[in-house]
Amino acid sequence: MQLSADERRELTEIAQRARRDILTMITEAGSGHPGGSLSAVEILTLLYFKVMKIDPQRPDWPERDRFVLSKGHAAPALYAVLAERGFFSHVELNGLRQLGSMLQGHPDMKRTPGVEISTGSLGQGFSAAVGMALGARLNGGVSRVYALLGDGELQEGQVWEAAMAAAHYQLDGLTAFVDHNGYQIDGPITEVLSPEPIADKFRAFGWAVFEADGHDFAALTDAVGRALVVAGRPQVIVCRTVKGKGVSFMENQAGWHGKAPNREQLAQALAELA
Amino acid sequence: MAEKIATRQAYGDTLVELGRENPDIVVLDADLSKSTMTAGFAKAYPERFFNAGIAEQNLMGMAAGLATTGKVPFASTFAVFAAGRAFEQVRNTICYPKLNVKIAASHAGITVGEDGGSHQSVEDLALMRALPNMTVIAPADAVETAKAVRAAAAHRGPVYIRLSRLATPVIFGADYQFEIGKAVVVREGKDVSLFSTGTMLAAALAAADRLADEGIRAEVVNVATLKPLDARTILASLAKTGCGVTCEEHSIIGGLGSAVAELVVENDPLPLTRVGILDVFGESGKPDELLQRFGLTADDIVIAARRVFQRKVCA
Repeated sequence: MQLSADERRELTEIAQRARRDILTMITEAGSGHPGGSLSAVEILTLLYFKVMKIDPQRPDWPERDRFVLSKGHAAPALYAVLAERGFFSHVELNGLRQLGSMLQGHPDMKRTPGVEISTGSLGQGFSAAVGMALGARLNGGVSRVYALLGDGELQEGQVWEAAMAAAHYQLDGLTAFVDHNGYQIDGPITEVLSPEPIADKFRAFGWAVFEADGHDFAALTDAVGRALVVAGRPQVIVCRTVKGKGVSFMENQAGWHGKAPNREQLAQALAELA
Repeated sequence: MAEKIATRQAYGDTLVELGRENPDIVVLDADLSKSTMTAGFAKAYPERFFNAGIAEQNLMGMAAGLATTGKVPFASTFAVFAAGRAFEQVRNTICYPKLNVKIAASHAGITVGEDGGSHQSVEDLALMRALPNMTVIAPADAVETAKAVRAAAAHRGPVYIRLSRLATPVIFGADYQFEIGKAVVVREGKDVSLFSTGTMLAAALAAADRLADEGIRAEVVNVATLKPLDARTILASLAKTGCGVTCEEHSIIGGLGSAVAELVVENDPLPLTRVGILDVFGESGKPDELLQRFGLTADDIVIAARRVFQRKVCA
């Protein structure tokens, strides 16, 4: 899969806008998860603007690709990208987490156009993605399924049940990403409950494993291109990312996992992202 | 002697028929297909059968994912695992988004028998009843099960169907009409209402026979759908009889007894007593021994009915 210089520039601009939207909507809401949303931006941008076969005008198009945000707390990132892509108006972003809003605290497939499955309880989205891939294959195999997991999320046993099933059923229409930013709520993942070695684990479970810098569009594109031609096995791209990427005072800080910036902090962050 | 067929058997047989009629039906199991009877479907339609292995949380997640692609998944395992091990998956990935998954949970209650307490779910109806968007059905016999499974397949939304291991008497005829959400008066009476869910119906009917010998005419109501509860039929019966007994192979906490008690207290308080498992776990034994040990026989229902009838008469 190729990425031209123009494409890379465009994706970078979209990612920058998405980061500003993420921080703004979380500040407006007074709560949310900036750290893990910011680390996922390039992955989501690439998927929605380069990789996936989707149509914002036809969110129910049967042949579309599906994306599952298994790390559901990164909803602000998904919402920002969905808005950019045209699934709904930017205006909706201001309503994040508020009573009656189309944008719930964690993705809600019943309320938000473009959300393929409700998530939030870690590990569960990944199982659903496996089920979607099984269904897609029964339906002729024209849809691919993509899923994004957190690295802390890998502590959930259900993730490994799903990984086992995906390999057993040879789901080569399933491509997962791990947002490996190294931090969870209580601290570095290696200190809380180390899921390392992540790549080795997926390999042992029968997956094709790729690794990439999760903020480098060229590297991600290359990894995706190689993943998409794997036959007979599901694929995972373990992405080295930075929690809080793009905001100097949030980068690599477990504390910014689930805290909203105040107005001052928002202004500072937006200045950095100008 | 009435023919005896296990409700799980009727489930397995109906699945194969449904599989033939509807190409969107898919079935999932967790290494228990020879017990849950999904093995028949697995043999007939192997490309539409998915074994999750001993991984019930993933079982439910995969079922949910399949539902989003237009399939109608039936997911099976033992009730203790379906409602217990995978409870939060059922809650968050099936009920919360209201996905079209049918959970057919077998080996419910203590008639699981020799496997013992770890496998005997006394709490599954309580758990499933508390979930928004869930329809909860406990069919009384093989005939009702076949019809309930079909009704579940046609229903849009999550359904939990409770099945038994034990072969139980066939009560209904082929012309029996089943409708989700409708309780059925199986025998009319005017002295006491016996409400039964699941396979306790045979015991409730036997109890009604014995009560008749004592001059107490019991009305027997089959409440196959626990949720949504048929308030109208239940309250109408109680308005007529003035007192009631609930019967279930389940804890007295959270199942039929609780559901009817909630209804009665809010609408028409009158004497009501619950026959069920008295907030204890099960244990190993033969199914019939266990039914006796845990107070779930026709005689137990008779004793409860007499008691509540006395309360009514003395009030």
